[in-house]
Amino acid sequence: MPLTLAWIALLFALASALLPLLCGNRNRAIKTIAFLLLGLAGLAGIAGGGLALLQGASYNLTLPVGLPWLHSHLHLDPLSGFFMVIVGLVTVVAAVYGPAYVREYEQGPQFLLPLTIFTALFVLGMDLVLLAADAFTFMLGWELMSISGYMLVVYQHQHERNRSAAFIYLLMSHVGALLILLAYGVLAGFGDGFDFTHMAAAQLSLGWGSVAFALALLGFGIKAGLVPLHVWLPEAHPVAPSHISAMMSGVMLKVAVYGFIRFTFDLLGEVHWSWGLIVLLIGCASALLGVLYALMQHDLKRLLAYHSVENIGIIYIGLGLSMIFASNDLPGLAALGLVAALYHSLNHALFKSLLFFGAGAILQQSHEHDLGKMGGLIRGMPVTAGCFLIGCISISALPPFNGFVSEWLTFQAALQGTALKSGILGSLIPVAAAVLALTGALAAACFVKVFGVAFLGQARSKQSLAAKEAAPGMLIGQGILALLCLVFGIFPTWTVGVISNIPLMLLGVGLPEATAGGWLWLTPVGAQTASYGAPMVLLGICLAWLFVYLRLHPRRRKTSVQVGATWDCGFGPLNARMQYTATAFAMPIRRIFQPVWPIEERIEPETAENPGGGRHLKVGDWAWQKIYLVIGRVLLASAKRAALIQGGNIRVYLAYSFVTLLFLLWVIV
Amino acid sequence: MQMAALPLSEQMILTLAALILFTSFLLLAQTRIVTLIHTFAWQGALLFFATVLVAIVSGRHHLLISAGLTLALKVFFIPWQLRRLVVRLDIRRDVETVGSSSLIMIGAGALVLFSYYVALPIRELSMLSTRNTIAISLAVILIGMLMIITRRKAVAQVIGFMSMENGLMFAAVSATYGMPMVVELGVAFDVLVAAILFGVFFFQIRNGIGSLNVDHLNRLNEVD
Amino acid sequence: MNGWALAVIQAGLLAFGAPFLAGWVKWVKCKLQCRQGPSPWQPYRNLSKLFRKDIVISEQASPVFRMAPYLVFSVTALAGSVMPFVAIGLPTSAIADVIVLVGFFALARFFLALAGMDVGTAFGGMGSSREMTISSLAEPAILMAVFTLAMTVSSTNLASMISHLLVEPFQLYPSFIFAGMGLLLVTVAETGRIPVDNPATHLELTMIHEAMILEYSGRHLALMEWAAMLKLMIYGVLIANLFIPWGIALELTPLALAIGLVAITGKLAVLGVVLAVAETSLAKMRFFRVPQFLGLAFILCLLGMLSHVILEVR
Repeated sequence: MPLTLAWIALLFALASALLPLLCGNRNRAIKTIAFLLLGLAGLAGIAGGGLALLQGASYNLTLPVGLPWLHSHLHLDPLSGFFMVIVGLVTVVAAVYGPAYVREYEQGPQFLLPLTIFTALFVLGMDLVLLAADAFTFMLGWELMSISGYMLVVYQHQHERNRSAAFIYLLMSHVGALLILLAYGVLAGFGDGFDFTHMAAAQLSLGWGSVAFALALLGFGIKAGLVPLHVWLPEAHPVAPSHISAMMSGVMLKVAVYGFIRFTFDLLGEVHWSWGLIVLLIGCASALLGVLYALMQHDLKRLLAYHSVENIGIIYIGLGLSMIFASNDLPGLAALGLVAALYHSLNHALFKSLLFFGAGAILQQSHEHDLGKMGGLIRGMPVTAGCFLIGCISISALPPFNGFVSEWLTFQAALQGTALKSGILGSLIPVAAAVLALTGALAAACFVKVFGVAFLGQARSKQSLAAKEAAPGMLIGQGILALLCLVFGIFPTWTVGVISNIPLMLLGVGLPEATAGGWLWLTPVGAQTASYGAPMVLLGICLAWLFVYLRLHPRRRKTSVQVGATWDCGFGPLNARMQYTATAFAMPIRRIFQPVWPIEERIEPETAENPGGGRHLKVGDWAWQKIYLVIGRVLLASAKRAALIQGGNIRVYLAYSFVTLLFLLWVIV
Repeated sequence: MQMAALPLSEQMILTLAALILFTSFLLLAQTRIVTLIHTFAWQGALLFFATVLVAIVSGRHHLLISAGLTLALKVFFIPWQLRRLVVRLDIRRDVETVGSSSLIMIGAGALVLFSYYVALPIRELSMLSTRNTIAISLAVILIGMLMIITRRKAVAQVIGFMSMENGLMFAAVSATYGMPMVVELGVAFDVLVAAILFGVFFFQIRNGIGSLNVDHLNRLNEVD
Repeated sequence: MNGWALAVIQAGLLAFGAPFLAGWVKWVKCKLQCRQGPSPWQPYRNLSKLFRKDIVISEQASPVFRMAPYLVFSVTALAGSVMPFVAIGLPTSAIADVIVLVGFFALARFFLALAGMDVGTAFGGMGSSREMTISSLAEPAILMAVFTLAMTVSSTNLASMISHLLVEPFQLYPSFIFAGMGLLLVTVAETGRIPVDNPATHLELTMIHEAMILEYSGRHLALMEWAAMLKLMIYGVLIANLFIPWGIALELTPLALAIGLVAITGKLAVLGVVLAVAETSLAKMRFFRVPQFLGLAFILCLLGMLSHVILEVR
């Protein structure tokens, strides 16, 4: 049954890609059909994946198509089911949000058709990756996802920026895909087969295991956006249409996380503690650098893209902890780390797509990317502001919303580091947790900045002042996600109970302790160790609020509320330029963590056309300057060297062919 | 947890060990010269208390002599001498800027972890309940060395050197209940002589290069 | 049911005792500085006066501005209600552990900072920016301190932590000394006291907390001020009960509760004196010195964790 539903999801996605082709140029019909079918694909995915996850069982299927010696294998187990639910959730919301959002593109120079086709193929590719049970099908889905992703990023190809971003994305995706292919190759070489059952049975030496692990870490890491492989992310996400950014950031990165989990926990089997440590360290670096770079951005979508790097880092911290525990024969704690990472994957998909949808609404209404030109949007767009605020609270890991639960679980997993025999690991893990705490606090600072600058205060431009509420479909989409953020924050016990089917399958141990206290209490290790009563927290806040409000309500106390001008120190009216800007807000942090960014800052002198002078501030990315540009230079230089063999003379080329022919003959004989 | 099995006096020794390590961190971070000297004196005082405690707990009364030496030299004489020098050199108000101090602190934390790792096998050899302090003393020694490397002013470097010596002393006292008396006396005498010699050298350096900043001495290579 | 009733009473006691602690610190400080000083009850008078006053709200203010005081106060009050104050073993303590407690403060701070940004003045933005900077540096230190304690007592639940310490025979944990010192420094930063922030100043360029609530008046201001006092109280109780746990009521008999109340009052009074002495003898730091101050707190907590691993295990 679940597998049938998953099939239906695939078919709906395919139909969503193909059926609009029949509609010709009628945008309305294209929109209706494509997004309706996309939503149905998402719903079917949720149903199928959810059933598989709830039942905790695996379903296998071998298709009679594929390579001659390798039929296509599909399977649906709790792990793929869980990620299928994530994909489905965001797809459904994107389908609700999309029709109103793409209205903007209908007047643009592009046709609508490519957008809907590749969106559907994108979803199809992701679902296929999740269902794949052999390397071939996996790579097929993976490439479908990557290439349709490229098409979506490059959709508005009239802008130079979009083209270069899409190129970087394509390049890095393919390097990543190559590495993943090699990683599967190593496993297949030892396991005598490209399907996952053979690969899982492969017995690898530590050396080959490390090679396979390193290849997979890099390959999936590029897609997931780990530091320093993240550079495509802040380029590609801002230029894609917003609902696509939401899906790329919320879901596509999760598919990479799925690939990593599948590879490491399922196929690789025995993990070594040092791999876990590496994952933990990379996770810490990604989390911290991601949020620090995000703080310096003033393009809203770029900022959100850097936050994806941060959250992927947090997920990898959980995975690293899980791997360390698993290699030390502590499967119960490994399950806790894994559950924390998976829970955060779900949460990140929800709040990050919510934030991207919000950014899309702002973009559509005010045509502003730049935080420096927003301000006061809460007056024009109160519903969007409310949903965006919920997204901000969730991503900043504040109770009682969902982001907090998964970070809390990660902290609890880290706290159990004392159970390790090695004191060194036992003392490195708390430091990692401190990094996580720093990350969370910086994220809160960043989202105070975002919400405060974009939605509060006075409008900094005419467009922001004139911004109106987005169309109902867009609001409903955001509302659903905001509600889900609250639901998954309030009922973590139920969620953890369901998710623990995954470690039950991968590690043989679930989290029976976590749900032992009933639906009200989440007790990951034991009731004595730590407990979190999320519903009680919400109830407590509401009760305290009610109490204070009732005690102080104006009808009882005869105090009036007057509206007056903001205090201006007696200097005359305040204007929008007197407010703190996004750059100003982040300035103390920029100064404290100065060496983290390449900062280019100068004061421009006063000139005739520029009265009062100006200030130029550019915050770059070390990864670009220290790694990618260097690699690029080396490649160009070596290409120049290699170009020497291009003599230009036809006889030289004939000689090359001749030598090759001789060589081949020699090899064959 | 074995902590509960230890008598209170030994818990005190462990606490003193931790505090000595803390003073090492303070020395590393402190930029004012006079405060630096005071912190060094405090480290000596903590070492004195630790030695006295060990002497009483273990019943080895010759340790009291070395405790007395510590008190006289490390707590009173050397700080007094250094302070006098600082006054005479008129560098009391000098504030040394330590480049990227947070990185150095993180490095020091890593050194502590490293010395724990190094000391693990040694720990197995000792049967004393205070053997856990070996890692701490090693860390104090390494941090002293780090201080010598990171500081530019000669006075701070001397203090780093002395705090290394404190670490050695503490290792000897806590891990093996003290070195033979002769060695201890010798070491104490060495330190005393060193302190006086350093005093002389300060004047020489300053007369030579007009500053106590050893960065002016970077000609220690053969390329000319 | 008895436990729930007691928990509500205890939370009320905490909330209504908080202004006294703030007043007490101020009184001791004045005495130390040879000033007459207002009586320790003055904060109550201030609050009740503010509650009775009319409110002026900026025309730029959004709903966030009007919502924030209620939210900040209720979240802080909720944080207070999960603290073991007079007794442990109350049902509320299972709602949240220390990490959630830190989360509560972060939530309150989030809205406080948003409220500062809301009316669009430079002061508010400045206060918010500084507050978020300081708190993001303080949070790792708090977590590190919590971890150090939790490693010893293998729990993050406040009630189990304290009861574990009380039940075990007395031991001198080096790690606790460091964690305690680190937590004290963080408390100073988090509750906006000298040398990080000055609760008494209204000089715009130096203030942090006051800058954010500059636009508030009437009962909104009262709630904000009260929440700040409550926060000081909660941190005080946290330090007092974690590091000097003796006296807290283990069972819910009237005698034990009375002893607990006396004990915590005494501990808080002493802590208030310590704070007053520190505030009198220190000068307010430049803002960019605060990172070093919090770095010291972090190093202390880190040393605590390391000394736990090195000295106390095995």
